[in-house]
This record gives sequence, C-alpha cells and structure tokens, in this order.
Amino acid sequence: MALDRWIALVLLGICVAYGYTAWFTMDDSLAPFMRRNPIWPSTFPKILSVLGIVASMIILLGLEKGEQKPGDIDYRRLGEYKVGQAVALLGLMVAYALCLRPVGFILSTALFLILGSVILGERKWHVMIPVAAVATFAVWYLVQEVLGIYMRPLPGVFGV
Amino acid sequence: MLEGLLIGLQTAFSIQNLLMVIGGCLIGTFIGMLPGLGPMSIIAIMIPVAISIGDPSAALILLAGVYYGAIFGGSTSSILLNAPGVAGTVASSFDGYPLARQGKAGKALTIAAIASFCGGTIGALLLMIFAPALSSVALLFHSPEYFALMVVGLSAIAAFAGTGQVTKALLMTVLGLILATVGEGALFNLPRFTMGLMDLQSGFGFITLAMAMFALPEALFLVLKPRTANTGDSGEIKDLRISAGEARSIMPVIGRQSLQGFFIGVLPGAGATIASFLGYAVERNIATKEEQDQFGKGSVKGLAAPETANNAACTGSFVPLLTLGIPGSGTTAILLGALLALNVTPGPRLMIDEPQIFWSVIVSMYIGNLILLVLNLPLIPYIARVLLIPRNYLIPFILFFTLMGAYIGQNNSTELLLLVGFGICATALKFADYPLAPLLIGFILGGMLEDNFSRSMQLYDGVAFIWERPMTLGLLTIAVILVFLPGYRARRARARAAGVADGD
Repeated sequence: MALDRWIALVLLGICVAYGYTAWFTMDDSLAPFMRRNPIWPSTFPKILSVLGIVASMIILLGLEKGEQKPGDIDYRRLGEYKVGQAVALLGLMVAYALCLRPVGFILSTALFLILGSVILGERKWHVMIPVAAVATFAVWYLVQEVLGIYMRPLPGVFGV
Repeated sequence: MLEGLLIGLQTAFSIQNLLMVIGGCLIGTFIGMLPGLGPMSIIAIMIPVAISIGDPSAALILLAGVYYGAIFGGSTSSILLNAPGVAGTVASSFDGYPLARQGKAGKALTIAAIASFCGGTIGALLLMIFAPALSSVALLFHSPEYFALMVVGLSAIAAFAGTGQVTKALLMTVLGLILATVGEGALFNLPRFTMGLMDLQSGFGFITLAMAMFALPEALFLVLKPRTANTGDSGEIKDLRISAGEARSIMPVIGRQSLQGFFIGVLPGAGATIASFLGYAVERNIATKEEQDQFGKGSVKGLAAPETANNAACTGSFVPLLTLGIPGSGTTAILLGALLALNVTPGPRLMIDEPQIFWSVIVSMYIGNLILLVLNLPLIPYIARVLLIPRNYLIPFILFFTLMGAYIGQNNSTELLLLVGFGICATALKFADYPLAPLLIGFILGGMLEDNFSRSMQLYDGVAFIWERPMTLGLLTIAVILVFLPGYRARRARARAAGVADGD
C-alpha cells in the first residue's frame, strides 16, 4: 500500500475518534437549557467528522484515480537521503524547546545554532562560534529591547 | 476613490511606512532567493515582527512588501541558478536560465525586473478599480451567505488542486477545520477536544501551524536532499540593456499577462504558480512559429510572460482578502491570520471603517513595485552573493527562526513541542503528496465558518436558511458542483480514452 493510503488510514482513525467524541460523549456535559438551542457545540464537529471520514475512505479505497508524478522528493528512496541528520535536528529542536526556560535564551540558542551546524557536518569552530554568538545576541537584543518581549537571558539559578 | 487614494497616500508616505516597504522588499528579496523558502514561509517567519509593530497598516505594508520581494527574489535564483526559490517562479526558469547560460544574465534579469514591475503596477491599478465595486456587492451578504461563500472558497481550493488531488485537498481542508475546533467553541465557552490539557484551551496557535506546515518541512527537505546548484555561469553579469526590438515584442505579452494573471490571482485556490504556468503556456500557443521554437531556449517572451503573470496574480489575490475577508491562497491566508491578530477584520466593512488600511496597502503596492525595480537593476550582482551562504549555517538559522516565531507569538514552550510535532506530520504529508495549503486555509477560516454557521442556525432556528435564502442556496450549489466537477471530467476523459461513446 502506498504511503498516501497509509496516511489516509491514520487520518481516518483520527476522524473516527473525533466523530465518536462529537456524536456520543461531548453532549453529556451540556447544560439542560443549552439543549433547547438549535446549535450545540458538537453540531459543527459532527458535520466535519462525516466529511473527514468520507474523504479519507475515498483515498483509502483509491476511488479517485490520479497520475503518478515524480515529486520533488521520493519517500521510496528514503534510504538515500540524510535521514539521520534530519532526525537529529528534530531532536535538537525538542531539546531546545525543553531547555529554553530553565537554561535561558542566550545559552540555549547559541548551543542550538552551533550544534545544528555540527549535525550538518560543519567543523570550522572559529567561524561557527562567533557567528552563533553574534546572531544570538542580535536576536535577543531585537526581541527584548526593540519588540519588548521578555526572554529570560540567563539560566534560572542566577535569578534573572 | 480619489479621496481614498489621498488617504492612502498620506498613510503610505509616512517615514515609518516607507521604511516598512523598503525593509519588507529587501527582506523578501534576500530570503526569497534562498532555495526552499517560499513566500509563505517568509511571511510566516515575519508575522511575529509585524504583529509587534502594532499598527495594522504598517504591518500589512511590511508583509505585502515581503510578499512581492519573495516572488521577485525567487525569479533571481530561477534565472541565475535554475534553482527556483518559489513555486511561482518555476516557469521563469524555463527561459530565464537558458538566457543566463548564453551570457545574457543581465538582460534576463532586466526583463524580469521590468515585467514584474509592469505586472505588479497594472495589477494594483486593477485592484483599485475592482475592490471597491466588489466590496459594495459584498455588503449585501449576511451570515448565511458568508457561511456559503466560505464553503465555496474552500471547495474551490480543493477543486483546483489538480488531477487526482481533489480528495486529498478536501481531506486536508476538513483536517484544518477539525484542528480549528480544538479549544473553546464559538458560541459556547466550553472547551472542546482539549483532551484535558490546559495548554490546548485556547486552541492551536496559527503561527505555530503556519510554521509547521511550510517552513519546517521545507527546511527538512533541504536537509534530506541537498540541492546542488551549479554556480558556474552566474559569475559575470553584464549587458543589462534590452534592444528596442525586444522591448516591442514583450510589450503585448506584458499587457496580456497583467490582465490574465490578475484575474487568475483573484480566483480562490489559483495563485501566482498557476498564473505563471498558464501565462507561459498561453504565450507559447499564440506566438508565431519561429518564436515558438525559441521558447525553452531563451525566449524573451517566454521569460516576460510568467514574470508578469506571477506578480499580477500576487496583487489579484488581495482582492478576495480585502473585500470579502476570504483568502484565495496560502499566502493570503497567513496575511489574514496576521490581520485578525492585529484586531482588523478584513471584509466589505474594511473600506468603510478603516479606509486608511485599505488604501495605504494599495499605494504601498505602487511604492513596493518601484522599489523592487530600483533594487533589482543595480543591486543584482550583490544580491546574488546571498546564494553563497553555506547550508550548514543556513539551515540551523531557518529552524531557529521558525522556533522563535512560534515562541514569540505565544510565549509558551509547549507551543515549540507542538511545532515540532506538527512539523513531522506535515513532512509525512508532504512526502505522500498531500497539499498543505488547504489545511492552513481551513484552519484559519474554521473559526469564522463556524461562527457564521452558528449565527445562521440561531437566526433561523435550524438549517432552514439553506433553502430560504436563494443566494445561500445558489452558493452552496456552486460549492457542490465545484467539488464533483473534477471527478466527473476525469471520468469522461477516461471513458473517452477507452473509446467508449460519450454522447456528443
């Protein structure tokens, strides 16, 4: 089965779960006076779940014929691509999300930029570190001073 | 109209707004040149900056400047490197790159600059004429019609998605609508589908979703499959002049494509990309025999056509956004989200309630086009240096800016985890050739669609509004036809190909 139909299966699951909530469980918490209303919070989701289930079934069963066109990138040749790097970068982004508050903006951003380059295969430390440091300070200054959005610059232990 | 224009001139010619246009065009051009970053990603990245400006006219002027700049920058890399940064400029590389290979890079860029300038300026003129007219019709629309109109818009986007893509686009639209229902509902302040998570109470952030749908997958694709651009020929750029004969031959092309591009841009779902391909195809078909042979080998006309059309279409796509509040493309959908965040509701009342926003955007289009012309001609050799930034530095920065965009908007690090999660899903969807723009358009329109639907239901105490209001019924019929037409035509085409009699 082609990848687009696998995805349709997953989306079908999502739509069924969504539809189950909308049709069966959501209205239980509705106050009695609200039940006299012609529209309930679940009305629109009910329609959507039906549409979603129909559309994903059509794709899953392959009812719509389309020509195969060679895309920009082909998942069948995934092995030839640099999947490791991509996954490592995603991991780095998650780590950044978790570190941003406790470690502070400046340290985590500089590390993110440096490690990002390292993952991509850069080894020129004398270029990388100054570039990351300058960019971090510039962005922090812009966001904090010019736009006035607070970002904790240093690790929480310093109490800033 | 004249009065409005004067208001617009007054607003757009303030120092701040002039700086916004110039800055937007510069940023757009520079980033648009980088392969893999389209106008949608760039605008999504710029939104937090625009929102924090606070003044809606200035923000919209900045974002519009970024938009033209991005399309423009995309043509530069299409012509010089055959590496289009933007889908809308792919057609420009058909003839632009051969011209550059023949050592006429300067000429090609000049033609691109002039064609874009004319397309954009004529488009802005048409926008000025058509938007007020459309806007006065739109005042007749009430909640049921708005609901129906949005349904038409969403089905048109799916219907124009292309052969074999209609159901996928439809499913993506529905998924966008589903994502929009997460959080507190429209008329009832009840949390829906939050799975008990406090962080989902206010729904998903639209910037987070925009970044995850466009910027992140594009950056990941750059990592997965490094594009190798051969920079061999772009070193020397000389001979900027175009001859009088060439100018005469591209004049009618520019005239035709400005009109055609503009009207394609107005249609929902069709944008600069379709306009440029169609413009190229039309011009090739109506050219003389010997000119036709030149197409694809460095024809002046073949370069002028898509360049004019894509800029005119960009301007055209502002018509439904500004007059009906319905975005026709992913890019204008992002702009709509930004406007809503700035407490401006685009729609027919915009021209009456806040004329300075409406007209200053139109005036800024002229200024923006002029600036791009000035920018593009002498600065080209320097701009091209951007392409030399090594990707090892570029990609971490793109990722960092997507993260920052999502963080600044919500000031919440859960949003960053959502960004990565949605980004992974979006990449998988992109692998399987699912269009992502309908998802975002559905997400942005979802709230308004449900609001108008609920309001109509309450006014008519049920679904009676569908058949009691002829305009609503008419629009909904159009929507149904739009969804089923591509399937019907494909079936007919198959039947005809199989040799089965088809009636006529």
